[in-house]
Amino acid sequence: MRREIDREVERVVLTLDVNGEKSELLVPVHKTLLEVLREDMQLTGTKHGCELGECGTCTVLVDGKPELSCLLLPIQIHGRAITTVEGMASGSELHPLQQAFAELGAAQCGYCTPGILLASKSLLEDNPRPTRDEIREALAGNLCRCTGYTKILQAVELASGRMHD
Amino acid sequence: MTENPLPPARPSTSPARRGGESADLKVVGKPLPKVDAATKVTGRAVYADDMLPARTLHCKILRSPHPHARILSIDTSAARRIPGVIAVITGADLPIKFGILPVTQDERALEHEKVRYVGDPIAAVAATEEEIAAAACDAINVEYEVLEPVMSIDAALQPPKDERVQDYGGPNNVHKFVALEFGDVDDGFSRAEHVREDVFFFQGNTHLPMEQHSAIATFVDGKVTLWSSTQVVHYVHRALSKVLELPMNRIRVIGAAHGGGFGGKTDPFAHEIIVAKLAMLTGRPVKCTLSREEVFYAHRGRHPVLMWVRTGVTREGRITAMHFRSALDGGAYGSYGVASTFYTGALQTVTYDIPAYRFEGCRVFTNKPPCGPKRGHGTPQPRFALELHLEKIARDLGLDPVDLKRRNFVKPYSRTVNWLRVTSCGLEECTERVMNASGYQDRTRRAGHGMGFAISSYMSGAGTAIYWNDMPHSEVQIKVDRGGITVFCGAMDIGQGSDSVLASIVAEELGLQPPDIRLVTADTDTTPIDLGSYSSRVTFMAGNAALEAARKMRAKLVEAAAAKMSRDPADVEVTDGRIGDLSFEEASILAEARFGTLTSAGSYTPPKIAGPFKGSGVGPSPAYSYSACVVDLDADARTGLVRVNKVWIAHDVGRAINPLLVEGQVEGSVYMGLGEALMEEQAFRKGLHKWPSMLEYKSPTFLDTPEIETFIVETVDPEGPYGAKEAGQGPLLPVPPALCAAVFDALGVWIDEIPVTPEKVVEALRRKEKGEPARYGPPRFPSIPYPPVIKVEPPPKDLDAATAAI
Ligand code: FES
Ligand code: FES
Repeated sequence: MRREIDREVERVVLTLDVNGEKSELLVPVHKTLLEVLREDMQLTGTKHGCELGECGTCTVLVDGKPELSCLLLPIQIHGRAITTVEGMASGSELHPLQQAFAELGAAQCGYCTPGILLASKSLLEDNPRPTRDEIREALAGNLCRCTGYTKILQAVELASGRMHD
Repeated sequence: MTENPLPPARPSTSPARRGGESADLKVVGKPLPKVDAATKVTGRAVYADDMLPARTLHCKILRSPHPHARILSIDTSAARRIPGVIAVITGADLPIKFGILPVTQDERALEHEKVRYVGDPIAAVAATEEEIAAAACDAINVEYEVLEPVMSIDAALQPPKDERVQDYGGPNNVHKFVALEFGDVDDGFSRAEHVREDVFFFQGNTHLPMEQHSAIATFVDGKVTLWSSTQVVHYVHRALSKVLELPMNRIRVIGAAHGGGFGGKTDPFAHEIIVAKLAMLTGRPVKCTLSREEVFYAHRGRHPVLMWVRTGVTREGRITAMHFRSALDGGAYGSYGVASTFYTGALQTVTYDIPAYRFEGCRVFTNKPPCGPKRGHGTPQPRFALELHLEKIARDLGLDPVDLKRRNFVKPYSRTVNWLRVTSCGLEECTERVMNASGYQDRTRRAGHGMGFAISSYMSGAGTAIYWNDMPHSEVQIKVDRGGITVFCGAMDIGQGSDSVLASIVAEELGLQPPDIRLVTADTDTTPIDLGSYSSRVTFMAGNAALEAARKMRAKLVEAAAAKMSRDPADVEVTDGRIGDLSFEEASILAEARFGTLTSAGSYTPPKIAGPFKGSGVGPSPAYSYSACVVDLDADARTGLVRVNKVWIAHDVGRAINPLLVEGQVEGSVYMGLGEALMEEQAFRKGLHKWPSMLEYKSPTFLDTPEIETFIVETVDPEGPYGAKEAGQGPLLPVPPALCAAVFDALGVWIDEIPVTPEKVVEALRRKEKGEPARYGPPRFPSIPYPPVIKVEPPPKDLDAATAAI
């Protein structure tokens, strides 16, 4: 199959609200949110493992809910609040989840970490004291090849305990 | 036979910090966060694909759609005319062959004569946009003469229909034969009271790192700089120098933050060479990130291995002789395959005392992506076969399998019949720990429930380098400058935490904490050599180099501080940021004034302990880790579904420099072992990968991974830094056989083939019901024309005496 390159790529002007900052961008209409975040906004904390919606690595929050940024077009979410890993810490103070992941060694290569942190953040907002099985359920769409998941589960539990004590 | 005296094991710690006395260790042994933890959890770590310097060109690679074909012509003219295309290259631009092993330099970055697997690279484009590069690849016209592909071990043993995959190796499509015998095997079998033979198959699988391989190169001032997600900057450096015909001093390779390797980023890859070449041609940065589908085809993962094993035992279950055969489906290129072949026969003796041992191995070429090293490199397959085989022997004899295995455990500080030197060995303690915790011996019987036990061992780094040289395997330099400490080392942190290990060791010796240490690692311009993150070698080898460098630096600081305080250096304590009465900073200023620039260096060269025979370089290691594991599961006889409830694992790591990181390595290994045991398969249909996506290639999710309980066993190895050994690979090995033993325990059927899919379980049960042998597995081992065995005398008994005294 041959791909044809249409030199007249349609571009759109977008306002994206990322981590509480609004930016106006001119981007090709077919670019995914993942690409726009990484390439046009230099927010490379959002990673990718498949770009096909299969691994969860590219997870960001849209209005607080986890979404796969590799499957979203920015025009679909124009104006909605996007949170990436860069938006988790307050200033130089880590989010309790980030703190717990760091302390317990829940990030080995760290490549799956941004997506899992954001999915966990959304979980703890909905369900401040999840059981281990509820955490498993909430994170089932995020693959990690390094940790065997154990330390991630422990870290989410530690953060949940600290956030809601 | 040549003289091969066993070098005495060196004490690993100074009198003040003796191995056994952990009480005065301030950093080593503490569960501290990794030094880069904050960087990783904030998304600030810069992986290769995160880099996008101004004017970066994007590279795409045209790959073969055929598993086996001759290339008749390549026409790139249409591609070159596409606006935005800056450069197009083909094999004519990169004709020099490379490969990780000196004996198998059989790859080209771009092939212009013949393609050998679907995915073999043919041409590459650099363009202003990734989509333009992709479209340009599509516009390249390649004419092929399609050849009959060779797709299985059986086919590779037959004369090829059209032509061989590679034009070197043994008969037909055989790549490599190994045939060795240690001790008198026939005599051992004649003394046996029971002899059993079994056949096993371990399907291939792949690493599936979350990060797709990525590399970016620049060419400035006549120098190439390459950032890559590689595990081995040094070997990439060598391959670039060879293929680009540039001296090594004109090339700099930097390991970018690493998104997971597991062995899959241990070969030099075509895309790394291609972006460097394109950067040289265009004068612009050029980046190539493989798509997930390309990652599946890049592979270098677990070899599919067919195995046959025959063992003689006494009535009490003591092994008298073993004969092991393996046949590896290597895929299209050599990669690490020669080493992988040896590994399928090397480490059986490191766990069990086998008085006479014959090994025949064979690797074949097929038209599939090349196999190479994956976590455990060549040893999980024979470990699976061996452990299950012994389970079956125990049942033949009416013995408890755990007892039978225990009776044959190798002794600490001994030499195996194939000349491998064993030092510290915690097999007994590991077994004890998992037996007690799991309640294996008194498990309650309930339908469909089972428990299984297995052990394993792995190397703490290979005792020999990949290419012949006498240089150290790892070197560390330390610079102290106005109180700041920088450690330079070529080691690549691939997530296992090697940077943290280096920082911990230096901090321990200098009385500081890991965050006080600055690290410069994995950069061929600024760091001294380390051979890379493979073979579980970094903690042991780079750790020892760091220890030596740190001690030399400590001696300088202590000498300067002692002079100032008019005290004997032996009375100066180094601890809690102080050198005697002085702060570290004060002492460093005094030392700099006294000695000039404050630097120190340390290096590590493994002891020369290989046996006196060809092929003895594969298997020796300065120390072996040991693991024991129990798997608890429920298996559904109706659906064949296996659900793992829990895994207990004990791992003899010698000493845990950081127990948090050791646990992480053990848990990750168990998880990966379960994935291999239950679902992961790199299989092909007409040359195409059956499941080249993360959705179809099943790997365990949060929901599939059971509770894992880890026990760290510390035997304090005499040669490891503070007694440490490896942790990153060994704990994977016992998981597949323990799982299969548990399935037998649950359902009374043997699944002699990995992965244990529901279909296989159901089929085995059906056979059992029909009164056929209650097993699923390969029916036979092919007849392979192994060459005559080379007979090797076992090591003399007095070799062991030297170590036994320690
Ligand atoms: S990158 Fe894998 S789901 Fe988006
Ligand atoms: S930490 Fe490496 S993939 Fe999760």
